[in-house]
Amino acid sequence: MIHASLTQLRTALDSGKTSSVELATLFLDRIERFNGTLNAFITVDRDHALAAARTADARIAAGEAGPLTGIPLAHKDVFCTEGVLTTCGSKMLSNFVSPYDAHVVALLKRAGSVMLGKTNMDEFAMGSSNENSHFGPARNPWNTDRVPGGSSGGSAAAVAARLVPAATGTDTGGSVRQPAALTGVTGIKPTYGLASRYGMIAYASSFDQAGVFGSTASDCALMLSAIVGYDARDSTSLERPGEDYARVLADAGSSAKPLAGLRIGLPEEFFGQGMADDVRTAIEAALDAYRDLGATTVSVSLPNAKLAIPAYYVLAPAEASSNLSRFDGVRYGHRAAEYGDLDDMYRKSRAEGFGAEVKRRILVGTYVLSHGYYDAYYLQAQKLRRLIAEDFRRAFEACDVIAGPTSPTTAWPIGAKADDPVQMYLSDIYTIAVNLAGLPGLSHPCGFGADQLPVGLQLIGDYFEESRLLATAHRYQQATDWHLRRPAIAA
Amino acid sequence: MSLTIEEVLKVAGLARIELAEGDAEATRDKLNGIFGLIEQMQAVDTASVEPMSHPQEVAQRLREDLVTESDRRDDFQAIAPQTEAGLYLVPRVIE
Repeated sequence: MIHASLTQLRTALDSGKTSSVELATLFLDRIERFNGTLNAFITVDRDHALAAARTADARIAAGEAGPLTGIPLAHKDVFCTEGVLTTCGSKMLSNFVSPYDAHVVALLKRAGSVMLGKTNMDEFAMGSSNENSHFGPARNPWNTDRVPGGSSGGSAAAVAARLVPAATGTDTGGSVRQPAALTGVTGIKPTYGLASRYGMIAYASSFDQAGVFGSTASDCALMLSAIVGYDARDSTSLERPGEDYARVLADAGSSAKPLAGLRIGLPEEFFGQGMADDVRTAIEAALDAYRDLGATTVSVSLPNAKLAIPAYYVLAPAEASSNLSRFDGVRYGHRAAEYGDLDDMYRKSRAEGFGAEVKRRILVGTYVLSHGYYDAYYLQAQKLRRLIAEDFRRAFEACDVIAGPTSPTTAWPIGAKADDPVQMYLSDIYTIAVNLAGLPGLSHPCGFGADQLPVGLQLIGDYFEESRLLATAHRYQQATDWHLRRPAIAA
Repeated sequence: MSLTIEEVLKVAGLARIELAEGDAEATRDKLNGIFGLIEQMQAVDTASVEPMSHPQEVAQRLREDLVTESDRRDDFQAIAPQTEAGLYLVPRVIE
């Protein structure tokens, strides 16, 4: 049962083969058994979970179940959950019990899903390894000396280790796709604006976007369908009708060449130096598999992609320095025990409450927005952002989806980059441009590199092309079995 | 470009983050590494490019100026470090 897809769990629940209480208990017991090793969860909420499972069982018995009713899942601890500790991986919020639910959380609650707990993450979603968590690093289930990626490392590790069948995450610069790749699961971030940011603790608001993790594209389709939709409480939420991504997958007919006609663009900039040999081998093999399924590959160019990281590390810290000014030790969160005047209280509370990387990004953001530097940094980065978005627009004239590696390497040893922020930033080289443009992106497992560590392939779509991304990955997963491989911990 | 210790302390002051003198040097070195990366931006001529502030270039929605939230002051103050009689307590600001 721990390996079952969400569709299989649905069938088992509806047919009475299992109950939501049984499923919740099964996965809660796995969390209890393995979380000491993986540190994937910051909070486990057994009591609320079992109560929600009982309610779900009643709904199922009454014939009122939706696709996710009774399904256990976990939320990244960036999402506010009413009555449940919501830390955002930070000491600053280590005592914050949210008085309200994020929109994404409320939607999944309404759908009858059962939240088992809150997953570990880099503090305020700033990081690529989960090592920036106040609660210690989450560990990669394939090798617990390795990072699971970040910032949604806990959600990715939990799904990979089958501590939960599916989980939410957020992706500001790659924080769903990169940990999905490093832990061998499937993850998708939709087009910016599709999922509401209400109650999702803000890092860089013009980039932050909710996403989901599952073991398959089909599981991600079910999850994504549940979390997208217009919400008036998010000023950048898009007024579009919702989509049933799962139905799109089911509708696709079966043939030997199911991807015939699909043009896959391969950006030359994503296949140059910097990609590790073992990653390249796995990616090339996956592209061969796509060609076998009928797709054609074309070379495209994203000439400004190399500027995505520098531009991002101006814009995201600038937005962060503004967003994180709310943490003042007055209304919620950490307040220093000893202080003098009001200003001293702010300075000490923030110095104690924020970790090193969060402070660095606030300082970078404060500097680039300060008088005399705005044009050279912030404005220049916004101009590069447009050049990068235009690169993608031109590329999509020649192809339907873009493919390449999600991460230049497989999971690295815990500690290897922890003291070198620039090296850490460069690990997001293939994911960040997507956030600058606001496009949807997906990562799916496509093989293993050295030391039996998973490799992920990234698919990038044009705006609102989530269905195409999910359908493309689904076709690949119907023809291959990389997504079914499990680490020993989930054997 | 490289930041001086004085600039680092000034920025920390603007950001309301206490920075011990002893930590300023290490912080400066890390920030200078990051600015080294950021400087790559300056090689591109963007004179004719319009800045892009947001992926979806849509106007901010307007709404009627009506009360849409219920009063949950007690819930919100229950999580505050220090309150009294419905007010947030901070050190004295006006003598």
